[in-house]
Amino acid sequence: MDKTGEGGIVITKLDDLLNWARLTSLFPMGFGLACCAIEMMGAYASGYDLDRFGIIPRASPRQSDVMIVAGTVTFKMADRVRRLYEQMPEPRYVISMGSCSNCGGPYWEHGYHVVKGVDRIIPVDVYVPGCPPRPEALIGGFLKLQEIIRQETIRAPRAVQQIMAKRMSV
Amino acid sequence: MEFAELQDFIVAKFGAEVIVAEKADGLQPYLVLQTERLADVCLELHDNEQTYFDFLSCITGIDNGPEAGTMEVAYNLYSIPYDHRLTLKVQVPRNIENEPIPAVPTISHIWRTADWQEREIFDLLGIYFTNHPDMRRILCAADWEGHPLRKDYKLQDYYHGIKVPYDDHNENSGFRGEPIKLTNHPHEQFPDMREKPE
Repeated sequence: MDKTGEGGIVITKLDDLLNWARLTSLFPMGFGLACCAIEMMGAYASGYDLDRFGIIPRASPRQSDVMIVAGTVTFKMADRVRRLYEQMPEPRYVISMGSCSNCGGPYWEHGYHVVKGVDRIIPVDVYVPGCPPRPEALIGGFLKLQEIIRQETIRAPRAVQQIMAKRMSV
Repeated sequence: MEFAELQDFIVAKFGAEVIVAEKADGLQPYLVLQTERLADVCLELHDNEQTYFDFLSCITGIDNGPEAGTMEVAYNLYSIPYDHRLTLKVQVPRNIENEPIPAVPTISHIWRTADWQEREIFDLLGIYFTNHPDMRRILCAADWEGHPLRKDYKLQDYYHGIKVPYDDHNENSGFRGEPIKLTNHPHEQFPDMREKPE
């Protein structure tokens, strides 16, 4: 336990409480781009039932915690994806689902219209490989994301860290 | 009507000079028409009770490449009541850089389905359709540069600040994978490997 003076114990426990609350109610934004979205919908539905992880799709980016980029990101869609991401409140997370949004997938060389990886427009936390990934793989991605959130602390929020990293690099 | 009858029909209505070239044999015989007469011929083929081509199955744009210096548009007509079909083509010169793109008269006032198909050909191949009601891109973003299905198409480097080509992907994405070390001799890398018998 990190002894930082008075209140150290309280902060650590608050971390756990906040992280537990966040990682057990990950609300993804309800949107899909291509065939990966079909697998995503299959994962939401009763067969795999993401609801049991507290994962319930929300209709608005302003109510969402995580964005699942499920499908091919075209340049025409890239501006929209970026805008939707910017509308999400912090803390926000991105799961890149499938080869297309990971790296361009089958369109990596001759796909003039495809962004070669959604990480060229928004920061990605978890990459789920597959073409398309099965619902189990998406659930695995969510479990990975939960592990990332479990490590977080309010003493060093990610959003502040990212801003500081930008300032340091300038 | 068969292909030869349809050809005679067009010649009788519009004169022999309207047919620039023809290919009567093969799986899909076709007529190459004068570009500026295309809409007149199509209107007659659509309206006349003998032909009654009420269905435009497909429009295809073709880029023959900079060496050939031509582009084509192929029209597949079909008559549902008569069950006969006809393929028409027009050929236009291909523009080089800084020249206006080639133009073909629209037939979207005859078959409404041609509206979006002509927009697609304009978007991907860069053929303008004169008198089209709404000649703008349909698939690519409105501010996209170039026509992607042209043989000499070059990708733009950046689109709205996003790098377009794939090269140096991992350098830009922040991914730091395991460095691949190939300094070891292959036999040392795989100590279990036995030499294959000759």
